[in-house]
Amino acid sequence: MGESLRGSSPHAAHRPKFAYRRPPELGAAAAVRHPVVVVGAGPVGLAAAIDCRLKGLPVVLLDEDDIVSIGSRGLCYAKRSLEILDRLGCGDPVCAKGVNWNVGRTFFHEREIYRFDLVPEPDHKRPGMVNLQQYYIEEYEVERAQAVGVDLRWKNRVVGVDPHADHVRLDVETPDGRYAIEAQWLIVADGARSPLRRLLGLDVEGKVFRDRFLIADVVMAADFPAERWFWFDPPFHPGQSVLLHRQADNVWRIDFQLGWDADPDAEKRPERVIPRIRAMLGDDREFELDWVSVYTFQCRRMAKFRHGRVLFIGDAAHQVSPFGARGANSGFQDVDNLAWKLQLVATGRAPDRLLDTYSEERVAAADENILNSTRSTDFITPKSGMSRVFRDAVLELAERHDFARRLVNSGRLSMPTVYEDSALNTRDTDAFAGAMVPGAPAADAPLEEDDWLIDELGGRFQLLLFVDHAGELPRPVVDALAVLDRLPIPVESIVIARHAGGAVANTRVLVDAKGVAAERYDGRSGTVYLIRPDQHVAARWRRFDLASIRAALGRATGHDAEV
Amino acid sequence: MPLNVQPNFHDPDRRRFRDYSAGDDFYELLIEAHRGLDEAQSAKLNARLILLLANHIGDLSVLREAVELARERD
Repeated sequence: MGESLRGSSPHAAHRPKFAYRRPPELGAAAAVRHPVVVVGAGPVGLAAAIDCRLKGLPVVLLDEDDIVSIGSRGLCYAKRSLEILDRLGCGDPVCAKGVNWNVGRTFFHEREIYRFDLVPEPDHKRPGMVNLQQYYIEEYEVERAQAVGVDLRWKNRVVGVDPHADHVRLDVETPDGRYAIEAQWLIVADGARSPLRRLLGLDVEGKVFRDRFLIADVVMAADFPAERWFWFDPPFHPGQSVLLHRQADNVWRIDFQLGWDADPDAEKRPERVIPRIRAMLGDDREFELDWVSVYTFQCRRMAKFRHGRVLFIGDAAHQVSPFGARGANSGFQDVDNLAWKLQLVATGRAPDRLLDTYSEERVAAADENILNSTRSTDFITPKSGMSRVFRDAVLELAERHDFARRLVNSGRLSMPTVYEDSALNTRDTDAFAGAMVPGAPAADAPLEEDDWLIDELGGRFQLLLFVDHAGELPRPVVDALAVLDRLPIPVESIVIARHAGGAVANTRVLVDAKGVAAERYDGRSGTVYLIRPDQHVAARWRRFDLASIRAALGRATGHDAEV
Repeated sequence: MPLNVQPNFHDPDRRRFRDYSAGDDFYELLIEAHRGLDEAQSAKLNARLILLLANHIGDLSVLREAVELARERD
């Protein structure tokens, strides 16, 4: 794919080498069986390893390399990913190092046709989008994985895979020779070209776009604003599109559409790239070329993400065009969806078919991501004359009319999928307004004492009880909360009180002083939400009923009856 | 009623979670309708479409305003 142009680049400087250690199984007589093996230490595989570990499962993580990713890869991390990374314990360094941006400017020919301001809706802990080079995220995740006790094995390349009914056998090559290892559950996170997917002879179907893009990362000392600039058909690159984005350390990502007939090797040469960038910047400001690569892309997915004891996540399972930042962001959501289900099934507390719903829910999400990124691609690179006429008409009208601005599609930025049709949801029987439908990811809200609702959620099933005052919960309800907490799959209750004061025995009370939680959840007093360990809504009611909650918990964990 | 130039695509049959979804659905429908047509066929399709939609709108004051705005750039 790409090649680094400068040995002294920031990219090169930020490539810690991780120590290979001789695996204990090497030379052993029999293969050792591990509860969970993850293959691929990219951002998604690392997240999966951390999440499983946090849920008490021992994890071995195998990676064929011993460095973090190099060059231009993932860039934009959406709010939902930041929330997931927070839950995993690596959100803070990502947000501290990453570049916050809100303003997007869109140009057509020589004119700026409009700008949008993503000024985030207030009262969320995390911003809508943070830009950060992938190698930083991986570095933070590696640190976290080590801290939580993931068995990280660098320079361990899987060369054979043999699935069985109750385990998967892997042959692994190391600098010291080969060994065999068995996994009760195998998580495959080895990227778009997934060697394991190939070894297993599984297909991934979809469409390849006949277009090429040039990525250039440049280092500029100049004070260019932290904004997203998108050009349709600019004078400095006629007939094509160009995207400019800021990353950490004064590194800027520039993305030039080249067309299908471009010669990737010729286009990568500095004598070709530098004049393009110079024309774009329009002046003689100083910049250094840090990384150049030419890529094509696909929008495709596997038919299903679960094959027996093998679970595919991230790019190994599905790929999208880069417009909309739906790659790594959807991979993190895969992890979020999978880890709790695997925990319940692996510990015998939920039936095996709960893992089928990982595939069902994330296939639906992949379809949504593929649809949106395909549409963006079709808008950015019209495939026919008439398609270009309409595209250009939208851009012309967008200079003056709001309706056309909404049609301009230079990427629909990643938002978490609402599992609207999931079999795990319990249908509403009461009337609710707002976005917190069953299947939706829980909305954040500010609480008293600089706390955030999102930080209180996740990792286990939880019941949110909305009240005006904590003291108003009737005794039988308080007693029933204790029952929920003692179920084989425990449900932790959280009381969200509109006003401070009062306590509930053995139950946390959070104060929704600004009323934002009540508003976002349409949570008038008496309202009850059942939230899954991945912070998605499982069910909701207007009044507390123990039997309904137990039935919904059973449904959300793949059981036939209540838990 | 003046011409509506605010975002107005909607889908009463389906709950949408993103404000761009209905508009993107329409745009795809439009582009797909032209798939496989040559230039002359596409021009005819556009003409028929405009006539159908214009009749649906009916109100001449709205149509005059739309024609005016559409001509503005040329």
